Amino acid sequence: MNAQQHDEGARQAPKEEYEDIPGTWVFDAQRARQGYHLNEFLYSLMKDANRKEFLADEGRYTLKFKMTGAQREAVLKRDWNTLLELGGVSYALAKLAFTDGKSYQFMASRMTGMTEKEYVDMMLKGGRSPDGWRSKSERQGKD
Amino acid sequence: MARIVAGVGTSHTPAIGAAVDNGRAGEPYWIPLFKGYEPAKAWMARTKPDVVIMVYNDHVNAFDFKIIPTFALGCAEEFPIADEGWGARPVPPVPGHPELAAHLIQSLVLDEFDMTIVNEMQVDHGLTVPLTLLCGTPREWPCRVIPLAVNVIQYPAPTGHRCYMLGKAIRKAVASWPEDLKVVIFGTGGMSHQIQGPRAGLVNREFDEAFLDGLSRDPERLVRIQPIEYLRDAGAEAIELVMWLIMRGALGEQVEEVHRFYHVPASSTAVGNIILESRETS
Repeated sequence: MNAQQHDEGARQAPKEEYEDIPGTWVFDAQRARQGYHLNEFLYSLMKDANRKEFLADEGRYTLKFKMTGAQREAVLKRDWNTLLELGGVSYALAKLAFTDGKSYQFMASRMTGMTEKEYVDMMLKGGRSPDGWRSKSERQGKD
Repeated sequence: MARIVAGVGTSHTPAIGAAVDNGRAGEPYWIPLFKGYEPAKAWMARTKPDVVIMVYNDHVNAFDFKIIPTFALGCAEEFPIADEGWGARPVPPVPGHPELAAHLIQSLVLDEFDMTIVNEMQVDHGLTVPLTLLCGTPREWPCRVIPLAVNVIQYPAPTGHRCYMLGKAIRKAVASWPEDLKVVIFGTGGMSHQIQGPRAGLVNREFDEAFLDGLSRDPERLVRIQPIEYLRDAGAEAIELVMWLIMRGALGEQVEEVHRFYHVPASSTAVGNIILESRETS
């Protein structure tokens, strides 16, 4: 970003660029809009009383928020990647993991389809290399 | 007058705080990390800043999605610790510096940075983990802290260029405060990491090392890194690194790198720590 580029006028969100990153749902303004009520539900889990109420009757508690049916179902199933796709943001989703007594690391491992141990081992070996993961074309045939 | 004497770049991974709070810092997994932070901790104890300006991001704790400020400055007397979903961290509340914060608002807004003024705010791991790493576990924090929360969660985050310019404006604002105060500015978050989706766990050591080199020797190169490059090359959450550019902008042109540490992993994160002392006279 240089000063000249700042003079180009209104900017479009680089949607195609976002969507070309494999295994990633970028939390942009449109996705945030779709996820608003889902994220407000997740935010409510910051309070211990709400966590208890949710765990006592998950179906009933989630009805207090204006989520879509698909969002609600993904919450009940802890379907983490669907929650990301439907507008959940990872930091808010983590509150659901914490409510279950789990960690960020557990949640991230679930999103990758690994066991937590496999995920921790990958991290201990230096993490996931970006090679092969920068674009969908780079990823093709690797899964 | 008040002066920004140095900048600290550090990750703020929540698992680091949890390791300290739960007495696990001595476990083999964590030993290299805490050992790596010892020089920074010693530097902090020697430097004894009066005030820390802590550039960090809130993680859906102080701000839900009702209001998302791009740049929010904490102007309160004291900041309580947030319960992020597993109970609040057992660390002392964070004392603010409302007089200097009010002055920063005055100066920054007139300098065309439209800051959001926050008079009550809980602070989360983004702010408390760097304090733990640099100050340990005291009964009271040894300095006052002005939180500067940056939205890096909902895209777009402010650009690196904007962040760098804000840093420069902060330097100017601090220098126009008459009281003799030693100020250290922190840029936190990062380094490469992704904690969402099938690509979670991404680490790009090469990117991170080049970023640390750039802070030290060529910040103008870092300022030109586009948001999509952080995302693609260093992980969806690596965009937090723009906050380090606020820190770097606030140090003036001339800096001396006095410490650097890099370690993988802490949970899903590549951890970086750099200390840059300002060599500017003004």
